[in-house]
Amino acid sequence: MEEKLVISSSPHIKGPKTVRGIMLDVIIALIPACLASLILFGWKALLIIMASVASAVASEALYEKAVKREVTVGDLSAVITGILLAMTLPPNVPLWIPVIGSAFAIVIAKQIFGGLGCNFVNPALAGRAFLLAAWPMHMTRDWLNPLTYDAVTSATPLAVLKGTGQGTLPGIKDFLLGVRLGSLGETSVLALLLGGIYLIARGVIDYRIPLGFLGTLFVGTLVFGKPGAFFQGDGVLAILAGGAILGAFFMATDYVTSPVTARGRLYMGIGAGFITLLIRLWGGYPEGVTYGILLMNLVTPLIDRFVVPRYYGYAHDRAAKEAAAGGR
Amino acid sequence: MKRSLFHDFIKGFVEENPTFRLVIGMCPTLAVTTSVVNGFWMGVAVIFVLTFSNVFVSLLRKSIPDDIRIPVFVILIATPVVIVELVMRAYLPAMYEILGIFVPLIVVNCIIIGRAEAFAYHQPVLNSLMDGLGIGAGYTINLMVIGGIREFLGTGQITIGSVSFPGTPLFEPAAVMLTPPGGFITLGLLMAALNIAVARSENRKKARRAA
Repeated sequence: MEEKLVISSSPHIKGPKTVRGIMLDVIIALIPACLASLILFGWKALLIIMASVASAVASEALYEKAVKREVTVGDLSAVITGILLAMTLPPNVPLWIPVIGSAFAIVIAKQIFGGLGCNFVNPALAGRAFLLAAWPMHMTRDWLNPLTYDAVTSATPLAVLKGTGQGTLPGIKDFLLGVRLGSLGETSVLALLLGGIYLIARGVIDYRIPLGFLGTLFVGTLVFGKPGAFFQGDGVLAILAGGAILGAFFMATDYVTSPVTARGRLYMGIGAGFITLLIRLWGGYPEGVTYGILLMNLVTPLIDRFVVPRYYGYAHDRAAKEAAAGGR
Repeated sequence: MKRSLFHDFIKGFVEENPTFRLVIGMCPTLAVTTSVVNGFWMGVAVIFVLTFSNVFVSLLRKSIPDDIRIPVFVILIATPVVIVELVMRAYLPAMYEILGIFVPLIVVNCIIIGRAEAFAYHQPVLNSLMDGLGIGAGYTINLMVIGGIREFLGTGQITIGSVSFPGTPLFEPAAVMLTPPGGFITLGLLMAALNIAVARSENRKKARRAA
């Protein structure tokens, strides 16, 4: 539903960007991570991604048909929601999990509030939060061993680091390649970074959100962690071990739910990183990226109000008064 | 007069549905609706209290001084609440355990004081009686519907007494529906559905009047 906006009088510069074009760029950026998940977790990954996307697109079309709105599946945003939700799921979940999650994301989190542009939280993350609250056993235990595709319920690196699970940590090379337990799309750091850099280079996303997010996580872990405790004080591990990279580049940067100003975006990233840090430090869940971003989504309108850019030519009250007094 | 009495009863179901249209009494609505049975007993307690307080407020409406009407209402409401509380404790101890603090809290339930202030204080006794029964019954149905949806999705079956339907859950229950978020989601969707239904029927009425 692309509404017509009435802005100021002409002349206007019309950019070549369209919603569909931007969404296409995001999909291109997600391809390396999707391929990585296929290599790491096998056909199960493909099935989950397909189920999730199909459900997202079908939910959007059916809901819009039902309420007699223009069907907007052509803008590809539902496809992205589907892919992103699939990326956050453990690779061995039953297939009805992505189907229900995507339907919830599209209908409850997005369409009920008015469709693309009107949703107040990132739909994919809202879907994940719902699934995590509804079926916690599936969402925290249905892991697959990478490359061998064995079903396991042992602790992810994140839980090991937090001290709530037993297990051995993979080496840094395995972390980068994604050869570790974890959600479909969060493990393959290099593939995600490739997509993230593509998006920044194309001007689709602002580097400030991931920078603020990952920077806060890195510095915070260095400051609060210590050997033998929180993440061993290892900032690099804090970024690599969970879903921080996926969240920072692909979810926190959602246009609809992140601030529009440059400074606001930096604050959004820092805030999401800080909440993630708090949850990892003291929270009940091993991972806090989902809630970090969702909570910052909620305060995005506030951030935008706080950082309204100053008009060119505006002077401080005091300076203006002095100038006025001097002039007299 | 007869039609008006009937209208006073029936308006509690859709037109002035306390939960979905007036949006009052939300606290117990969200807190106790984790099953059909909980919703039913909470609703019965409210029907009793509301009818009792409506009738007495209406009876005494000419002698209650305007300035101190709210404290008087509270005393008139507290009496049936204590009765309900003691009766429940004696005969339904298990249910009293579950509903817990929300039974005594009926004293401050907006529905009761709202109906006293907005209706019973200005209306004859019989009308107030019907209003109390109608709004109370509407409230009970709301609680049972919300409770039913949450219980079915959250546990996979609906249990009344020792009978469960279906015997074994057909799907993996979504624990979230029994938690507060599940309550809010159910409430919001039902409210939207009722609003759509009411808006449609009003549109149809308007169209008929125009034609």
